[in-house]
Amino acid sequence: MTGPGDNAMKNGSGQDGVIECRGVWYRLEGDRPGAEPRGRVLLSDLSLRAERGETLVLLGRSGSGKTTTLKLINRLLEPTSGEVQVDGRRTTDWDPIRLRRRIGYVIQEVGLFPHFTIERNVGLVPQLEGWPPDRIRARVEELLRLVGLEPAEFAGRRPRELSGGQRQRVGVARALAADPPILLMDEPFGALDPVTRTELQSEFRALAARLGKTILFVTHDVREALLLGTRIALLAEGRLVAIHSPLDFLRATQPEVKEFVSALGIGEKDFIL
Amino acid sequence: MHIFDYILRNPAEVLQFTLEHLALVAIAMALAVAIGIPLGIALTRHRALHRPILGAANIIQTVPSLALFGFLIPVPLVGGIGSRTAIVALTLYALLPIIRNTYAGISGVDPAVVEAARGMGMTDRQMLWQVEMPLSLGVILAGVRVATVISVGVATIAAAIGAGGLGMYIFRGVAMVNNQVILAGAIPAALLAVLADVSLSWAERRLASR
Ligand SMILES: Nc1ncnc2c1ncn2[C@@H]1O[C@H](COP(=O)(O)OP(=O)(O)OP(=O)(O)O)[C@@H](O)[C@H]1O
Ligand SMILES: [Mg+2]
Repeated sequence: MTGPGDNAMKNGSGQDGVIECRGVWYRLEGDRPGAEPRGRVLLSDLSLRAERGETLVLLGRSGSGKTTTLKLINRLLEPTSGEVQVDGRRTTDWDPIRLRRRIGYVIQEVGLFPHFTIERNVGLVPQLEGWPPDRIRARVEELLRLVGLEPAEFAGRRPRELSGGQRQRVGVARALAADPPILLMDEPFGALDPVTRTELQSEFRALAARLGKTILFVTHDVREALLLGTRIALLAEGRLVAIHSPLDFLRATQPEVKEFVSALGIGEKDFIL
Repeated sequence: MHIFDYILRNPAEVLQFTLEHLALVAIAMALAVAIGIPLGIALTRHRALHRPILGAANIIQTVPSLALFGFLIPVPLVGGIGSRTAIVALTLYALLPIIRNTYAGISGVDPAVVEAARGMGMTDRQMLWQVEMPLSLGVILAGVRVATVISVGVATIAAAIGAGGLGMYIFRGVAMVNNQVILAGAIPAALLAVLADVSLSWAERRLASR
């Protein structure tokens, strides 16, 4: 099947894997009466660009608009004004199904399918894409190993038979399944214990460098941001405050950035540098 | 004198009315499921349909059953005397619980799961068949069960418009002031209702435990 994405790849437009927001505003439509004041602005004039192969971290406090930004990229939401481009093409010009299959998505609440086995959960996008069963099975095993879950033990289980951290890892495996060029990861390591978390972070770092995927990685943990990001975009109240490399982030003078940096322990800063 | 005397003396006739009754309910339920589930799904897709459809189903439900059968008799095509009218009335009666539960079941699917499914690029149809229907089947089936039990009871009124079934005994027994005859209709009807309830509950539990 050839979709717009495939054509873009053949044309070699140079925009493949690039994500760009240009002057994006997102305003609640207020279709749920009483839920929120009509027209509340969640994102204001957001402009940012993630280059192919980079890991751009979206850092921000709770409610700053990180998840909203991700949803604009795979068109779960559409901007009220401004435009969001993926591979150099406006998301509203994409067939949403083709767009989403090109983008691996780890959602914050994990959202595994409770009625599917772990194997079927992980193999879902390959199945939708019509891969042969043998290839799906091999891919699922590979991915489960990658996230540290022994396939023989876990493949046949249901999500409710896993711990929160294990489910989260399945969520990551599922997003990687069809080898999408773009990944959106919404606090993918949030529910992990510090040891597993550090383990997965370092594996993720190696993996990200090796796979050459464009990754938007959401976190509110400044350590994680410094460790994993090629650049860090700081959001506050729906605005982009700053966008820096990890080194510049530590030296930056914006008060919002300093707040985050000061959350690091004494000496930790030097350790990271 | 024994309450089962009449039944024991007329087994063939009791069986015949029971089968008629069962046929009325089965056909009406098949129609109600075929109409109600798609309507319930449509409600989850188009909010604007919510008010008119649930409103209409609600109104039908509030019409006393005998009156509903009566109203349908003069209606062209669906009306008249006989089982066709009865089936239409029973179908209309069964719609509300089925539509409502289908809507509630699908709307009740964990939003995180729905969002994951959409985010992974499922089409609306894939979402419906692979995610929403399997996850709400238990709730939908509960609606079908409630509707079936109601139908078994309401179908006794079908006899009043010449559609046969176990209501024949009830109306006849009332006219004759004969409890045995009334019970010949009431007991099999109650058994049918219990049977429908038990078997559909069982199916629901099987689905829930998967
Ligand atoms: N559908 C919605 N209806 C009402 N308010 C919403 C909706 N979606 C998001 N919001 C609000 O928009 C703001 C930004 O939400 P968002 O989910 O993007 O935050 P976040 O940065 O991901 O936060 P967290 O770190 O807690 O996940 C929040 O104040 C939230 O309450
Ligand atoms: Mg969030």
